[in-house]
Amino acid sequence: MAESEKTIKLEYEVGKEEFSKAGLASSNIKKVLNQIGIDAKVVRRVAIAAYESEINIVIHSEGGKITTEISHDKITVIAHDKGNGIENLEKAMTKGFSTASNEAREMGFGAGMGLPNMKRTSDQFSIESSKGAETRVEMIFNI
Amino acid sequence: MLLKEAKEILDAEILAGEEYMGREVKAAFSCDLMSDVLAFVDDKVLLLTGLTNLQVIRTAEMLDLSNIVFVRGKRPNEDVCRLAKEKKMVLMGVRHTLFEASGLLYKSGLGAIEIEGE
Repeated sequence: MAESEKTIKLEYEVGKEEFSKAGLASSNIKKVLNQIGIDAKVVRRVAIAAYESEINIVIHSEGGKITTEISHDKITVIAHDKGNGIENLEKAMTKGFSTASNEAREMGFGAGMGLPNMKRTSDQFSIESSKGAETRVEMIFNI
Repeated sequence: MLLKEAKEILDAEILAGEEYMGREVKAAFSCDLMSDVLAFVDDKVLLLTGLTNLQVIRTAEMLDLSNIVFVRGKRPNEDVCRLAKEKKMVLMGVRHTLFEASGLLYKSGLGAIEIEGE
């Protein structure tokens, strides 16, 4: 296999309402990216997006996982949860719109900035979801 | 502004990272919403907040933000301080309100961050 085709894959389970563990996956992703010498600005953008994804899974879903793939020219972060889906994606993407619980708000989240932040920090952003279904967010960061 | 100057101005108690008080901050951001911190803040910024949970440290970590002031007399628990020490962060606690602490620093020359337009 050519050097340029090698990829590193990281996968972390994220539990429903596990507020105390929220951030562990993103912290590990950040650590690995720093260790392999990715530019600090790119690392920060990936870390923010991964962390917002992680918080979203903890707050809004039945649990899920975050997968990160690092190749020679890009980093792909996929946040995939087990449901229960987003009813109105357009609303969910609007800054300030949130359906978060009081517990999430007490932690400093639920400001309706998560998905917009993830879109802002990534070079490519896509989200698939519908009410009652799984949600899958894919973000690509060019290196 | 150096952190040790901020400490004097705010009459702050150091909760973690005493050895890093020579660090400089370029601006401050006062906020209890971690999502907004993630949206607007860069490193070299002093964060003032009334939230003391673990997610404040995690938020700071993602941003490479290393300096935090807790206002309104609030103090984080040991787990929070331990994680902050591990991440080489400075944590300070003050009795002032968020408004007052921000005002004291602003009056002493520490400015705001710039919010990027749409």
